[in-house]
Formats: sequence, structure tokens, C-alpha cells
Amino acid sequence: MPEVPLFPTTRRSALSAMRSADPAERARGFETLVAAYWRPVYKYIRIKWSKSSEDAQDLTQGFFVRAMEKQFFRGYDPARAAFRTFLRTCLDGFVANEHQADQRLKRGGGVEVLSLDFEGAEGELQQHPAPDGMTPEECFHREWLRSVFGLAVDTLRRECEAEGKGVHFRLFERYDLEEAGGLTYEALAAELGQPATAVTNYLAATRRRFRRIVLELMGEVDSP
Amino acid sequence: MTWLPDRTLDHLQRLSEHPELPGARYRIVRELGRGGMGVVYLAEDTELDREVALKVIAAPAPPPVEQMLREARILAQLEHPGIVPVHDVGELPDGRAFYVMKLVRGRRLDEYVQQTAGAADRLRLFEKICQTVAFAHAQGVVHRDLKPQNIMVGEFGEVLVMDWGVAGVAGGAGRSDPRTDVFALGGLLEWLVTPRPKPLQAVCRKATAADPAARYDGAAALGSDVARYLDGLPVLAYRESIVERAGRWASRNRTAVLLVAAYLVMRALLLFFTGR
Repeated sequence: MPEVPLFPTTRRSALSAMRSADPAERARGFETLVAAYWRPVYKYIRIKWSKSSEDAQDLTQGFFVRAMEKQFFRGYDPARAAFRTFLRTCLDGFVANEHQADQRLKRGGGVEVLSLDFEGAEGELQQHPAPDGMTPEECFHREWLRSVFGLAVDTLRRECEAEGKGVHFRLFERYDLEEAGGLTYEALAAELGQPATAVTNYLAATRRRFRRIVLELMGEVDSP
Repeated sequence: MTWLPDRTLDHLQRLSEHPELPGARYRIVRELGRGGMGVVYLAEDTELDREVALKVIAAPAPPPVEQMLREARILAQLEHPGIVPVHDVGELPDGRAFYVMKLVRGRRLDEYVQQTAGAADRLRLFEKICQTVAFAHAQGVVHRDLKPQNIMVGEFGEVLVMDWGVAGVAGGAGRSDPRTDVFALGGLLEWLVTPRPKPLQAVCRKATAADPAARYDGAAALGSDVARYLDGLPVLAYRESIVERAGRWASRNRTAVLLVAAYLVMRALLLFFTGR
């Protein structure tokens, strides 16, 4: 599985895709959900369940594989909670079961099924630990947002590059992603060799596009 | 995947929430505040050339726009100095609902009370809130989201109850029982006045009873009970002992009690010195 799949521009939910009779469609839905949720899941297991990095990796792998096999997510009722809350509840149940039957973890552990950058996620956790006073649930939500917005930035970059609008993305990157305090449109225009009016228009258009990507992504991974 | 620091994440979140308004009537000026229900922006109504407050509902499952419009028409009939009217409602291209209100200048109740320490002042404020909500109840409208952040106090101490956008019409869709507001008002009273004497404690308990049937039947009844307390009268929610009743009577009739006491002291002194 690619580490960062390019999200399709359909508004069809990944959850609907996972209920499809078509195996390819189900796999696409699964990949989308894993891409958005594996980092929050891994970090949540590390924080809430105080598991070692190795155990958390096994549990993260095990959770998604089991979810696909047993179709955990079929039981999701959008009237009761957001999908991210439902997934976290499923995860708590899964980890509690594995915790009780430790042998099961050992039996299935260490088998790499999904190609996920655990080393990178662990590095993030070490360099940017959860703030004091933040509950594991709040931390999960925060990491989920970080994951969705991170994927949205990647998708924006790819879309811009595919359309030859590299300068649009560069503007967005300089103005909205990098902490460039006090950066004016004029300075940005001079830096990128663009007229100031173009900077205003390009940035507005790129922000609109980013907004659309975020909303589509949210619809993909957090609604029925 | 791109890893985003907290500051950038917050910035991008605000960026993605920024409403793209259909048409050119409203122009967003800046964000005024945010809460669980959504984000409020200062906006310019370019047609009428005035500033308004525009709230975008963040709820994942907002009520259908038709329902909001129906309720907005009813809310438009609520003409009361304590009720901030909804001017307009609509739907953003992304499906989120928004509504436009009169822009109120004042302080939020939670900010205001930090500088208003007296329990009596706070109770008078609470009574005004109850009277405003009672007016809506009399029109068959239930607020459903009463909390300090939704109440403003103007510069002359006037109370303004905001955010009627999620209000329900009694007997309409959803939870539209006036006792929902009574419960919220009870919570507000608990928050406003601490510690509470026993009668007020009983008022809070009655207002926040788990069984709606055990609560006051509306904001008017709750406000009246608080007014009785302020006037030194017995509250309906509390049965007082004889000693408490005597104490309350003495407190309420302090001047008369002092005059009688002074008269009795004079009589005693006269008796002592003159034997008459």
C-alpha cells in the first residue's frame, strides 16, 4: 500500500466503499481509512495504553487487519456518533481484548501486513509529545485532524503539480504553511517573481481548493 | 505525509472553516468568537450597509435548511428588547448552515459577572434573563442552548439573549419543551450564585430535576420564584422552618423590627429610672 494515497475527488465515503460488493472498491475504502487513521491509532495506543513502540505497531497492524477481516466498521451508525469516535471505541475494545489475551498478540505480532512509517510516527511522538492535561481521547482527535490536514496538503501539492501550478502551491506553502510572520503579499510577489495582484488571486484560488480538498477528505473518512 | 506543527494546524483549520458565502450580500470582516456550535464572524451586509454577526453552524448534522427557515420565520416574530433577532438564514456551498443576527455590542455574561460580584445584582440579572426567555416561551419558542456564552449584557445592564438559531418551536421537531430551558437556567443560576442559601439551593434543584415534570413549567415560574427570594418572600421550591421564617420576616421588615426594638428599650429604660 502506498504511504500516502492520492485521494480520489469523489465525495463518496470510504465507509460506503467498504460496504461495496466489489473487492477493489472495498480495498480502496480500506486504504483511505488506514491512511487517515493509522497515525492517530498508533499514537493513541502508545499514550492511552502505555504500550511499547513495538507492541503499538503490532496492535495498529492487527487492528486494521482485523477490522477488514471482521468488518468491524459495518456496525457504524452515523446517527449515534462521528465515525472517528466509533473507530476509537472499536480500538479500545480491540486493545482491551488483546491485553487480556496477551498470547494472541504474540501469535500475530511482528507480522508486517501494512507498510506504514512507524519510525516516523514514533519520532513525531518523541519530538512533539502531547501537551500536559490533554486526555488520550483529545490527543486522538488532535492527531486525526493533523493526519487529515497533512493528507490534504499532500493532495493539494499533487493536484497543483499535475496542473502545472507549482507556483500556486509554493505561495500557499510560504504564506499558510511556513511560519513566516509578517510576510506581505508584496514581499512574496518579489520572492516568487510574480505580480502582487497575481499573488492575491493565486493564493485565494489555492485556499479555496484546499478548503474543498479538506471538506472532501472529511466526508470521505468521517461520514457515512 | 506532511507533518503539521500545532500552530500551522490551527491556522489551516481556521482557513478551511472560513465560509465561502453564496452571492455578494455578506462580506466576512473577521472572526468574533467560536464555540461548540460554530464560529461567529463580524460581517458586512453590503445591501443594507450595516455590520452584522454571521454564525456558521459546525454541527456535523445541522437541521435541514427548510426547517431552519421555518423556525427563523417564527423567531422573526419575537420582538422583545432582550431577544437578538435572526435576520437571515442560508446554506453554504459545502452544506453548512449559517444565520445572520443583529450585531450586539456588550459583554458576554461570563465576562460581565467577573466584575459584578454582588449576589443580589447577579440575581436581578438572572431574573431579567428569565423574563426574556419567558417571553419566548409564551410565543411557543424554546431556546435550547442557554449558557453564559449566549447571553450578553449591554452597557446599561440590559440583558440580551443570543443564538436563537437552534431554537425549537414547542410541539415542533426535536426537543422543544420549555423545561429544557428551565434546566439550562437552573444550571446558569448555580453558576451565577455560589455559595447559595438554602432557598436558592432548592430553586436550583427544582429547575435541574432529572424528571422534567418535577421542574418549573417554564422560565416565568422560575423567574418569579427568584423574584420572591429577592423580595424576601418564601420561595415555592423550599419549605422553611419557623425559625427561618421568623428570620426572613425580620430581615424583610428590618425597619419595623428596629423601631419596635428601640421602643421596647426606651420603655425598659423609663421603667428602670422612673418606675413608670
